[in-house]
Amino acid sequence: MAVILDLATQGAQMLLVLLLAPLLTGFIRKLKGRLLRRQGPPLLQPYRDLLRLMRKEAVLAENASWLFRVTPYLVFAATWVAAALVPTFATGLMFSWSADLIVVIALLGSARFFLALAGMDVGTSFGGIGSSREMMIATLAEPAMIMIVFTLALLAGSTQLSSLAGFMLSPAVGLRVSAGLALIALVMVAIAENGRIPIDNPATHLELTMVHEAMLLEYSGRHLAVIELAAWLKLLLYMSLIGCVFVPWGLAPPGASTGEEVTGAAAYIAKLAAGGVLLALFETSVAKMRIFRISEFLGAALMLGLLGVLLLFVTRTLQ
Amino acid sequence: MTVIAELWCVGALLGIAVLAAFIGNARGATVALYSAALALSLAGLLFALHHLLFGAAVADITLPLGLPWVGAHFHVDALAAFFLAVVNLGGASASLYGIGYGRHEHEPLRVLPFFPAFLAGMNLVVLAADAFSFLVAWEFMSLASWALVMAHHKEPGNLEAGYVYIVMASAGTLALLLAFGLLAGPEGGYAFDAIRAHKISPLRAGLVLGLALFGAGSKAGLVPLHVWLPLAHPAAPSHVSALMSGVMTKVAIYGFLRIVFDLLAQDAEWWWGVPILAAGGGTAVLGILHALMQNDVKRVLAYSTIENIGVIFAGLGLALAFDTNGWPAAGALALTAALFHVLNHALFKSILFFGAGAVLTATGERNMDRLGGLIHPMPVTSFAFLVACAAISALPPLNGFASEWLLFQAILLSPGLPHWGLKLLLPAVGALLALAAALAAACFVRVFGIVFLGRPRSVAAERAVEVDRWSHAAMITLAVLCVLAGILPGFVIDAMAPVVQSVTGARMPAQASIEWLSIVPVAESRSSYNGLVVFFFIAASASIAAYVIHRFASGAIRRAPAWDCGFPEQNPATQYTAGSFAQPIRQVFGTYVFRAHERVEMRPPGDPGPARFEVKLHDLAWELMYTPIGNAVSLATTRLNQLQFLTIRIYLSFVSFALVFLLLVLALWQ
Repeated sequence: MAVILDLATQGAQMLLVLLLAPLLTGFIRKLKGRLLRRQGPPLLQPYRDLLRLMRKEAVLAENASWLFRVTPYLVFAATWVAAALVPTFATGLMFSWSADLIVVIALLGSARFFLALAGMDVGTSFGGIGSSREMMIATLAEPAMIMIVFTLALLAGSTQLSSLAGFMLSPAVGLRVSAGLALIALVMVAIAENGRIPIDNPATHLELTMVHEAMLLEYSGRHLAVIELAAWLKLLLYMSLIGCVFVPWGLAPPGASTGEEVTGAAAYIAKLAAGGVLLALFETSVAKMRIFRISEFLGAALMLGLLGVLLLFVTRTLQ
Repeated sequence: MTVIAELWCVGALLGIAVLAAFIGNARGATVALYSAALALSLAGLLFALHHLLFGAAVADITLPLGLPWVGAHFHVDALAAFFLAVVNLGGASASLYGIGYGRHEHEPLRVLPFFPAFLAGMNLVVLAADAFSFLVAWEFMSLASWALVMAHHKEPGNLEAGYVYIVMASAGTLALLLAFGLLAGPEGGYAFDAIRAHKISPLRAGLVLGLALFGAGSKAGLVPLHVWLPLAHPAAPSHVSALMSGVMTKVAIYGFLRIVFDLLAQDAEWWWGVPILAAGGGTAVLGILHALMQNDVKRVLAYSTIENIGVIFAGLGLALAFDTNGWPAAGALALTAALFHVLNHALFKSILFFGAGAVLTATGERNMDRLGGLIHPMPVTSFAFLVACAAISALPPLNGFASEWLLFQAILLSPGLPHWGLKLLLPAVGALLALAAALAAACFVRVFGIVFLGRPRSVAAERAVEVDRWSHAAMITLAVLCVLAGILPGFVIDAMAPVVQSVTGARMPAQASIEWLSIVPVAESRSSYNGLVVFFFIAASASIAAYVIHRFASGAIRRAPAWDCGFPEQNPATQYTAGSFAQPIRQVFGTYVFRAHERVEMRPPGDPGPARFEVKLHDLAWELMYTPIGNAVSLATTRLNQLQFLTIRIYLSFVSFALVFLLLVLALWQ
């Protein structure tokens, strides 16, 4: 019985992230529109987009290989699994011990690896631009992320997300300089990884400035739908991650009652809404960077992460 | 007894080598000889695995060979058994691949005798239990591989590669010779048992560490001793490249482990991990950055070997740091990670070189900018290559990720170390390793994307056909092993436990008994990883997604010309090339590391001449280290050369001066 309940909670989490991801994106788009004094697209437009794309036929380039057709599912699966492993409304989910934060990062890395390959599959110059730039961004964002993981792991003594969130809820945390540095670095990495302004523009139609979208140019129909959904899931994942580590209030502990879980879900939705508002505000107030400024932006994130780790290495002995 | 069985295998391999020198040109000799090498390697692998898994006692034997008062000592302990397994696994797969690949060899006599000899040499290094046999075997291994590097000596660049290789190999052996001399002391107990019992002063021990780092590090490819590696490894036939990169570098790591972790174990001091960690971290990043700048597939792979050697050395340095600071349990974790990576790199680097060999057979090209689209004519090769690319890029749930994950877990334990030098160094090493892993992913997206995806960039690539089934068998077997080691890492860790136990005196907790086959390096609340569950989780999610899509969405597919934002360009030259793919990374890192300089020459409007683009990269290791040394040697020899053309009078006066000088020294000495 307990196993079935655990499985149900885990399944609920997977469904929740899947259902909320388009809503979050729709919310941010609407908000950005309103901030620019436009009407903005309807809140539920991403769902409609998905359904429309699903109904259309998929057009494949003549020389597209099997890898091109498999990649959407791989990317989606890796992102979905990663999103299912980040605590949203409850910690101590059934499979949370099977992978820690490093695995979550690496799963997102797998998704990117295959997406970059798919961008090069047809052999167009735009696909190559996208893949090459995406991998360049990743070479800086991934080590920065690992440094953030190191900071958090050294603080909490664990890379396990459930233990991390549990530690952050406990009074032992206090105010830590390294945690603050890690938060700033994590936000910077999250912006870069999700291709948001100022790194990349998710709404751009100017090919030479595209990174993420350039890799997807050849995709259409259901393949595109799956990849879009994966990208929205990734945004949700990073928001959940920041939420569960830095704003862990409301998370239901392992073995919590249904009431606590409902509270956790409500708190989670509130956190997502707050994150969406902040992202929309930030995106409307900055301009996109040139591609080679990105290395400075992410280099700063990497150095912040490294500084956080160094501080912890040093303070450990003074305590 | 394992050691006798292993020695018989080595003897038989040497026998095949001699036989090959006589019958190498006969019809069917290639198949017969590689099959024999395959059988013997498999036998060696089985004996080694048996020793490792069933915990047999240390087996040793002394043969009346070599130095008369020493004899030749051979042994198989847990450490040797692990490396024997790696050597013979690599040897078996290379032999299997060779059955098919070797048929394309134009001059089989240049390869066939040396291939089994090379395998025998690597086995002997691991089996040797005294300094003399070790050095003889080491030199034999170097010379056999040198002969294989020179197999295609008429191709441009190969002569130079062979020359640089033999010079560096000799320098490395000299360093090891001096290291053993210092270890044995003036009494000269050259057997490893005698060396272990002999305690030496801290200064001397530090010197031995430096010499071992130089000798074994130059063979393994530590920066800046790596310069021969990207020249020599690609020059050899591809299955030999796989052996040199995947296995011979591991034999060098074995040599380093044997000297520093075993023979010197009594004398180690807390700071010994520092130079190893620094060398490892630096090597990892520089190796992979160089790999990203290369256009020759095999050279990219050779540089990526340097990166992986850096990762392994970082693990070894970490293990030594923990060990010497009185924390053997953490040392065991770091050493397990390093040894796991030794195995993993042997697996995936072999596949990659086999794949590069298959591409070479199919197209005759190694230059990535003349390849492309090979996923269509070569489905099996490209699939195995893709698995290896994903594994080497440390993507879960494959094996490369499991070992990197363990290494990161070990680094996370390091704030417990007492020394400030280590405390400040280790976060930096962690950052370097993370950077190297991310760059490796970019590097292998580039290799796979340019070689196998896109449109063919030359006629040769367009006409490529799939290679033979033997080559496929070798690649697919290793790819399956990569996946298995990735999703069941607990079993690999348990199999390595006796090795780690014998070296550090501690071991990781037994993993096979943990439920659901997770791996838990320290405690479950701290960190755990389950490759199997992640694998099934991904498979299930992908299947659900595919099922739902195919059930409810439109299943229609139409093939059409590429969209390319409405301006499709027919000419395949408009695709991204290897150089353009690396351009953003070159801009970010190249200015510092390579002093990269780009020059764009645009014609003014109206001038029909072509625009030009030029990139100049500097290899600082060559320019700052080897060129000055080479110049100094050349200057000295030119000066000394004059001594050859003097009159007999002057020679006689030299003799008398020397005599007087020596007599004076002798007189003053007393």
